[in-house]
Amino acid sequence: MRVRASGADRAFAIVVYGLVLAASALALFPMLYVLAISFSTETEYLTRGFYLLPRTFTLEGYLYLMSHPGFMSALRNSVTISVVGTLINIALTTLMAYGLSKTWLRGRKTLHFIVFFTLLFSGGIIPTYLVVQALGLLDSFWAVWLTSAVSAFNAIVMRSFFQAVPIELEESARIDGSGEWRLLFNIIVPLSFPAIATFTLFYLAQNWNTYFSAILYLDNDQMPLQVFLKQMLVEDDPSISNASSVAYHYTPAARMSAIVLTALPLLLIFPFLQRYFNQGVMLGAVKG
Amino acid sequence: MAKSYWKRAFPVYLMILPGLLFFIVFKYIPMVGISIAFMAYSPFDGIGGSEWVGLRHFHRLFAEGDFLTLLRNTLMLNLFDVLFFFPAPLLVALLLNEIKAKRFKAAVQTILYAPNFISWVVIVGITILLFATGSGGINQLLAGWGFERLELMTDPSYFRWVWLLQNVWQGAGWGAIIFLAALAAVDPLLYEAAAIDGANRWRMLWHIALPALRSVIVVLLVLRMGHVMDLGFEHIFLLQNSMNQGVSEVFETFVYKVGMTQGDYSYSTAVGLFKSIVGLIMVLFVNRLAKQTGQEGVF
Repeated sequence: MRVRASGADRAFAIVVYGLVLAASALALFPMLYVLAISFSTETEYLTRGFYLLPRTFTLEGYLYLMSHPGFMSALRNSVTISVVGTLINIALTTLMAYGLSKTWLRGRKTLHFIVFFTLLFSGGIIPTYLVVQALGLLDSFWAVWLTSAVSAFNAIVMRSFFQAVPIELEESARIDGSGEWRLLFNIIVPLSFPAIATFTLFYLAQNWNTYFSAILYLDNDQMPLQVFLKQMLVEDDPSISNASSVAYHYTPAARMSAIVLTALPLLLIFPFLQRYFNQGVMLGAVKG
Repeated sequence: MAKSYWKRAFPVYLMILPGLLFFIVFKYIPMVGISIAFMAYSPFDGIGGSEWVGLRHFHRLFAEGDFLTLLRNTLMLNLFDVLFFFPAPLLVALLLNEIKAKRFKAAVQTILYAPNFISWVVIVGITILLFATGSGGINQLLAGWGFERLELMTDPSYFRWVWLLQNVWQGAGWGAIIFLAALAAVDPLLYEAAAIDGANRWRMLWHIALPALRSVIVVLLVLRMGHVMDLGFEHIFLLQNSMNQGVSEVFETFVYKVGMTQGDYSYSTAVGLFKSIVGLIMVLFVNRLAKQTGQEGVF
C-alpha cells in the first residue's frame, strides 16, 4: 500500500514540476525574444530566424530612441501621467477607504453602496466624455488623472483591510487625545504598509499602461508611451495597416528597444512587492 | 452626545469627501447623461436643447444587421473565455500549491506574474513581431521546418484563439493568486489525516484542494458573469484590423466607433446603455442563482 502510494506520488511530482517549468518557459520566451532582438543588428534579425541569444551586439536601437524627440516626449508624458496619477489615486483611495472602515459612522452603508454600485453599472464612454468636455478638461492630463482617480474595487478591498485593524488601537489613540488624522497617519498607515504598497503598485501599473483614456482625452503631443508604441508596432506594420507605405519606418532593434523600455520599469518594481500580494491582500476582494 | 459624534465624525467625512466627489462627478453625473440615449443629441443644442426621440436608437440597434454580428462575436468570445481561460489560473494555483521548495516557488511566481504587468499594446506588438509574415521569428521557424507561414493577425479564423491565448499568457499566473490564498487557508491537519488514511497526492488534490476552492470559484464565476459585455476594450481594439472585423467587432468597440469616430453620441450611448443593462441583469441573476444553490453569493 505504502509503496504504491509513493510511486503515484513520484509521478505526481514529475507532472507538477514538468508543467510548472513548461508554463514558465512559455511566459518567458516572448520577453527573452524581444530582449535578444533589441540588441541585434538588422542583418542578423532578417537572416537568422528565431533565436534567443544574439551573436551580434549593438545598442543602435536604444541610442536611436534616446535621440528620437517623439519617443522622449512620450516617455516624459508617461512619467508625468504615472507619478501624479498614482499620488492622486493612493491619496484619495486611502482616505476614502479609511473613512468607510469606521463602523460607527452614520451613512456608512449608503456611502459604501454609492461606491459599490459603480462596479455594476456605468454611464458609458460618451456620457463620461461629455462630462470631461463640460469641465474643460479635454487636452489636459487632468482628464486622465481625474477620470480614474479612485478604483471602486481597490477602495472596497482596502476598506476591508482597514476594518481588520483592531478597534482597541483606535480607542487607545482616542484616549490619548489624538484625532482621526493623526490616528490615520501615525498608526494606521504604517500598520497597513503592505496593503498600501500593493495598491500603489496596482495603480502605477494601470497608469503606466494607460492607453484608452489617452487616445480619448489627450492631444497629440501629450500622448504617453503606450500610444507611441502602438504607432511604432501596429500602425507601422505594412501587412496590418492599410497605410500607403510598404516598409517599416523603424528598424527591428528600435522597435524591440521601445518595447523593452516600456515594459521594463514595472517588471523591475513588482518583484519587490511580490511577497505582499502573495500574503493575501487580495483575498478580501472576494468578499465584497 | 450628538455634539461629540459630529466632532469625531467631521474629519472622517472630510476624508471621504474627495473620493465621493470623484464618484459623483465622473460616475453618477454620466449616468444622468445616459438620457441622451433617448434624444437626437447635438453638441450645439446641448442636453437641454436636444429633441427627445424615445426608443428610436434602440429600434435602430435591434433592426440593424450589425446587432446579430455583435451578439455572436460577444457570445463566442465569452464562451472561449469561460471554457478555456477561466480554468487556467485555477490549474496554475493547484500546481504552485504542490511545490514545496520555497525559493523555486517564489522564482516561478515572479516569472508567471510578470506578464500581468505588460500592457496590451506590448503584448499585441510582440505577437505581431513574432508572426510577421516575412521576418517574424516564429514564421521563419515554421518556414524553416517546411510549414506554411501563419497569417496570424490578419486571417479572421485565428482571431478568437489569438485573443484567448494572449489572455491566458497575461492572466493565468496572476489570476492564480486568489486561489493560492484560499489554498493557504486549508488546515494542514486535513493533509496529515489523508496521508494516514493512505491517500496519495493525486487524491489529496481531488478531495482536499479542489473542494477548498469551491466558494472562490463560485464568487469569481458570478463576478465573471457580470462582465459578459466587458471583454476588455483595449485588447480587442488593438487586435482589430480591416480584415478581422467580422469576428472581432463587439459591443464595446462598436460603442467607441459609433461615438468617437462617427460622432453619433446618442446612438453610441444607447448601445452602451444596452450593454450596461445586460451586464447588470446578468450579475444580479447569477448572484441569486448562486445563493439559491446554497453558496454565499457576492452581495
